[in-house]
Amino acid sequence: MSTDSIVWPRSESLSRPFVDQLHEWITTVDHKQLGIMYIVYALIFLVIGGVEATVMRIQLIRPHNDFVSPQVFNRMFTMHGTTMIFFVAMPIMFGFGNYLLPLMIGARDMAFPRLNAFSFWLTAFGGFLLYFSLLGANGLYGAGNAPDVGWFAYAPLTSLAFSTGHSTDFWTLSLLVSGFGSIGTAINIIATIVCMRCPGMTLGKMPLLAWLNLVMAGLVLLAVSPLTAAQIMLMIDRYLGGHFFDTQAGGSAVIWMHFFWIFGHPEVYVLIIPAFAFISEIVPVFSRKAMFGYPIMVAATVAIGFLSMSVWAHHMFTVGMSSNANTFFVLSTMAISVPTGIKIFNWLATMWGGKILFKTPMLFAIGFLFQFLIAGLTGVMLSAAPFDWQLGNSYFVVAHFHYVIVGGILFALFGAFYYWFPKMSGKMCSETLGRWHFWLFLIGFHLTFDFMHIPGLLGMPRRIYTYEPGRGWDTWNLIITVGVVFQSLGILVFVYNLLWSYFRGEIAGSDPWDAWTLEWSTSSPPPAYNFATIPTVRSRRPLWDLKHPQDPDWKYE
Amino acid sequence: MTVPEPNWVLPARGPVAMFCLIAAEAAIFTIFVVAYLFYAGKNPMGPQPRDVLEAPIFYSICLLSSSLTIHMAVAALRKGSIRNFGAWWGATIVLGATFLYGTASEWHRLIYREGLTISTNLFGTTYYSLVGLHGSHVVIGLVAMTTVMAFAFLGKVSQEHAERVDVLSLYWHFVDAVWVVVFTVVYIIGR
Repeated sequence: MSTDSIVWPRSESLSRPFVDQLHEWITTVDHKQLGIMYIVYALIFLVIGGVEATVMRIQLIRPHNDFVSPQVFNRMFTMHGTTMIFFVAMPIMFGFGNYLLPLMIGARDMAFPRLNAFSFWLTAFGGFLLYFSLLGANGLYGAGNAPDVGWFAYAPLTSLAFSTGHSTDFWTLSLLVSGFGSIGTAINIIATIVCMRCPGMTLGKMPLLAWLNLVMAGLVLLAVSPLTAAQIMLMIDRYLGGHFFDTQAGGSAVIWMHFFWIFGHPEVYVLIIPAFAFISEIVPVFSRKAMFGYPIMVAATVAIGFLSMSVWAHHMFTVGMSSNANTFFVLSTMAISVPTGIKIFNWLATMWGGKILFKTPMLFAIGFLFQFLIAGLTGVMLSAAPFDWQLGNSYFVVAHFHYVIVGGILFALFGAFYYWFPKMSGKMCSETLGRWHFWLFLIGFHLTFDFMHIPGLLGMPRRIYTYEPGRGWDTWNLIITVGVVFQSLGILVFVYNLLWSYFRGEIAGSDPWDAWTLEWSTSSPPPAYNFATIPTVRSRRPLWDLKHPQDPDWKYE
Repeated sequence: MTVPEPNWVLPARGPVAMFCLIAAEAAIFTIFVVAYLFYAGKNPMGPQPRDVLEAPIFYSICLLSSSLTIHMAVAALRKGSIRNFGAWWGATIVLGATFLYGTASEWHRLIYREGLTISTNLFGTTYYSLVGLHGSHVVIGLVAMTTVMAFAFLGKVSQEHAERVDVLSLYWHFVDAVWVVVFTVVYIIGR
């Protein structure tokens, strides 16, 4: 494997006129530039979605608050959910996948670079379309009107009678457009992993990140398509006078729920599997041990992929299904905790006996392990239909899925940022600021989401814009909102850290973490062609083999 | 440093990507088929499917036999026989267009003689959506095949393009296979 890389003329590229650089970014088909564009785009929407969440929390800080009107509150929770899932979490996962996959499997680009750019721009314009609703939904009278039907947009709320104007149409179209982008990216990821691996990298020698992204992309194909189909049906109902979800003409509101959640639940795994992938790369490197139980990790991921397709109706226990359906979805949901538990034990076993380095990426990974475990435990509680009948649509559910998405996915993402930022920018992130970010965000997260379970148990429903005093919810809501302050400070430190480190950080070198996968064998940031010569690998840790020729991995695997 | 791999051959990216697209498309069609089956027999007011639908046997035979002609076209191109390729490829386009004409005349009859539109009733909504979704895939396939045909007339298609043309034929086979499902659901079970 050749590691010598030709010096990339950075000084020259920095001195070019701004218009030239802009033109290069807009017309690029390079997987690294597109990956960074996905990530930056998602970070901008993360801040927007965070502001929406903050507005909701200020409104709920005390009973009978009137910070925003009920109408604005409805728009806030709809836009917050839609933004965070479709325009933060998915693009950021695709961004990391785009950036890392070709580097980790020893390829020079994705299988279809132009499809890659096309998919990015579809996703980007999908996000713009959603937010253009603020101007366009009421026909540009100046009276803004964002979608307000909730992020799962149950029928009959979305029918013309209850959603006049075009706000729901903006929601539908933006998800349709970004959905096509997601399918394009998923096709690209699968084709890249199947067809572009460097010589010697058999499926059993791929980095776990590649395996997990392969499963994720397969889920995208099978899960996002039903949403696309359902959105087409909704458009037929709204524009052509169809009756799919029109109960007065024999249609069914419940079938929308089924179609939405056939997408909605696998979607959770579309987001958490790449988070698992980050943890599976970070934990071994900072424990100085090879991944424990690699084949079992792969098998567990594939099992999660299959099982996640058969659990959707646990979102619908309170709708009233037959007892057979309830039993099936209770059991399938509980079954999914088995492969997930296997993963947690494998990460723990990787750390066990290792020489653990508590750098920022590892701190976030350890936070992920604890928090994802708790999120999984409340998930098992909610999977029992009788328990769910009691707490469905309460703040307990809100706390549960934010524990998964913030405590699990977002923590893993922060770990990934600190781990791969040196590769992407060539500069190290500040450890001090990283620790500030970690502790502030950890405290804020636990203040907000630990205490959010309690008003849920006390009966506080989700999506209410205000509440009566004296129900025992007041103090809890105050604490929850106080946590937002810490989380916001953490995010500010994070953004400042990224900017400061990009301009002032110390030079990272090609392999700052003494890691073992191929992306660390090329320079930081990598040249446009990634590798001067395509590497050849013989084990799962090609850089270990290179660094320890007397004791290579391939003797034991 | 390491032993070079002598026979390192991975699958071609074209067919892999097409199979992925087919998986995604199959999921979209599954949702529409499920909706059709779920609503079959629940149509509250007329016209009802058994009163107005007639199975388009001839046009279905046209579409299904186009799978055979496109296969022959690709086989001819693999052997380097451009003339035969053009003939079989043209036949495929004609058969696909005939099928589309069949759908168009059926819709014309339903709309103008039976008074069934997409907004008339639940049956109209599900029928036009499912058959229309399939028909739009036929249109996309015809546009793509006509593009290849134009290149063939310009003399730009040669033996080396056989694998690429084969990727398009995979899509066309999928469109045909979906019709078998749609036909069964709409004209046999749904009636």
